[in-house]
Amino acid sequence: MNIDYSPEELEFQQEVRAWFKENLPADLKQKSLNGEMLSRDEIVSWQKLLNSANYLAVGWTEEFGGPGWTPTQRYIFDAERAAAGAPIGLSMGLIMLGPVLQAFGTQEQKDKYLPRILNSEDWWCQGYSEPGAGSDLASLKTQAVLDGDEYVINGTKIWTTYAHHANLCFCLVRTDNECKIQAGISFILIDMNTPGIEIKPIVSIDGEHHLNQTFFDDVRVPKENLVGVEGQGWTIAKYLLTHERTTIAGVADSQMTLANIKRAAETNEADGCSLMDDEQTRLDIAQAEINMMALEYSNFRTLADTAAGRAPGPESSLLKIKGSEAQQELSELKVKLAGYYAYPWMTENSIGPDEFTHATQSYNFLRASTIYGGSSEVQKNVLAKMLLGLR
Amino acid sequence: MDFSFSDEQKLIQDAVEKFVQNDYSFDVRNKIVASDEGFDRAIWKQFAELGWLGVSFSEEDGGFGGGAMETSIMMEALGSGMVVEPYLSTVVLAGNALAFAGSAEQKAELLASIISGELLMALAYAEAKSGYNLANVASTAAKAGDAYTISGEKVVVLSGESADKVIVSARTSGSVADEDGISLFIVDTKAAGVEVQGYKTMDGARGANIRFNDAPAELLGEEGKGFAVLERTVDYGIVASAAQALGEMKTAYTKTLEYVKTREQFGVAIGSFQVIQHRMVDMFMAVESSRSMVIMASMKVASQDAVERKKAVSGAKVYIGQNARAVGQDSVQLHGGIGMTEELDIGHYFRRLTLFCSAFGSTNYHLKRFAYLG
Repeated sequence: MNIDYSPEELEFQQEVRAWFKENLPADLKQKSLNGEMLSRDEIVSWQKLLNSANYLAVGWTEEFGGPGWTPTQRYIFDAERAAAGAPIGLSMGLIMLGPVLQAFGTQEQKDKYLPRILNSEDWWCQGYSEPGAGSDLASLKTQAVLDGDEYVINGTKIWTTYAHHANLCFCLVRTDNECKIQAGISFILIDMNTPGIEIKPIVSIDGEHHLNQTFFDDVRVPKENLVGVEGQGWTIAKYLLTHERTTIAGVADSQMTLANIKRAAETNEADGCSLMDDEQTRLDIAQAEINMMALEYSNFRTLADTAAGRAPGPESSLLKIKGSEAQQELSELKVKLAGYYAYPWMTENSIGPDEFTHATQSYNFLRASTIYGGSSEVQKNVLAKMLLGLR
Repeated sequence: MDFSFSDEQKLIQDAVEKFVQNDYSFDVRNKIVASDEGFDRAIWKQFAELGWLGVSFSEEDGGFGGGAMETSIMMEALGSGMVVEPYLSTVVLAGNALAFAGSAEQKAELLASIISGELLMALAYAEAKSGYNLANVASTAAKAGDAYTISGEKVVVLSGESADKVIVSARTSGSVADEDGISLFIVDTKAAGVEVQGYKTMDGARGANIRFNDAPAELLGEEGKGFAVLERTVDYGIVASAAQALGEMKTAYTKTLEYVKTREQFGVAIGSFQVIQHRMVDMFMAVESSRSMVIMASMKVASQDAVERKKAVSGAKVYIGQNARAVGQDSVQLHGGIGMTEELDIGHYFRRLTLFCSAFGSTNYHLKRFAYLG
């Protein structure tokens, strides 16, 4: 048993490290470290820069224009990216839709969409949840009815992240009302510029506009935009949800956050000593660090299995729950360190030390991490049933 | 033993609860929060006319002869509607500091004006490097003849932006963390040498950093003996904030209970799931045991025994802080995605409850204070 990287992997690590050192713009790094929201343009130009080194579509094989890395290389890359303080590319096209098209798409769909994702020409959003279908996603009601060569879509999707930036949407729709609810769901691609689509912004409790509700009123979508076959949507959605086992815990970014927290605790002062000199603060940080160690090694175990081509063990199921809890714990720790500077809210200029300016926004935003992608409660229900055999 | 409210206390509770229900809906609050000043002067005037600004002050001082319990009754009801008008700063903090240490003239002029609703005040004690220690005061006061001037900066002064006058802790002698040598001063925010930088706070209210450059200041209480007054004043502020947090927790809990009874997933109300049921019972217990602590602290904060007072206050701060955190977080979690939106009030209760945990010293800070009181 060992956790060592091979000489080739170590070399790869150095290469990636050097690239970020050379190429990451300083202002982007600062914003990313402080948890500031990036503009559409900032995201797009950063993605283009990543892609110029083929560092964007990290999970894609060479066949589709990706780097074709091993799981271990991907893990190393992600760790180096986070350690450099670099933001991640947008997940909707790269991590969610890309692999789906690669597995289920027609040749035309692959040829049409995959290069445009790589070149940041398209911005995808995800149409899954509905006001009445959250944890119970399979009960979704948005209808797609075939009319000649087109599907006519009616209904509404909620939590459509960055729909206001997106020109395309991958959507789960109901094509059959008669069968078992899961079997009546299909996966379809929708051009956001089609008549009949309306986007209503939703400001979240971090005070920012990431989310939307999107309405579809007789939206006509060409038949060839169906991915897979009618009724295959649920299978595709599940494939998408289980695809990203090795990075779902967010270990790399949480480790970076923890390092920032330690630095902030060492360099800021309260009542005559550094924040770190406060015994309880030191213990809180130590506890967070210990929790992070456990998460990291659970993640390593999953990685080792995946890298060896084995199915990940039971520990992989805890990564999402524990990973999101770690994100929340760290963001809360930062709010605690901020002291009275937890009060100022979305001020034009920093009122206290810069590293605390966005601490409360992040804390607010990350309450969602145990809700989105399947709430922790639902995840635990699934684990109890599937893994523990409790039913 | 009897924990029921008197008829007078019930009248106050009833009146403030009705005000919140009828006149302070979430929509109304949103408009007030978005307004230039961030609170509504007409509502403040209404509070004065109803006598709400004087409930806790003695009749001798122009009040209605109540005390901390009456303040807690008010604050719980105001908390239930997340009322942003500066009751805590003006009435509880500045008002009590004046009541504890003010001369007859100061009370006649300032406390009376607070009670009549004409004067807004705030308490400025925290500094950039003070942490939560009230004795860590780097701001200084200089005396020339009978007059004082103060210099230094105070941070995150709650409602400091709209205050006509602030009560400021400054050092007249001693070194930076000494309890001795701290004096309290009354400073006019319009005076020369006072710079106010206002901003929004996470809970929809306002705060300010205030810089003093040789600003003219009037002594409140005895020179060099301000610390005990400040600590006692802040203890009253903590109890009032705890009651406010109780009102917020109770409302967040009630709304969440309603939600889990009506939100359906998998064909049934999510409240039918045992995991949700237990969480709701935990929230219920958090609210009711916090209420016990508010009652305890409201009774004991007036104790002449300073150790008894401090243990009661810090005990309540720790216990209610822990429960406020849990109830706030669970309210959002059990609402799911909709709980994450600005549009719904739940996230705003969450933010209020989050800030209670940082107000006047964190949970850890007060746990330590309690532990070392013996």
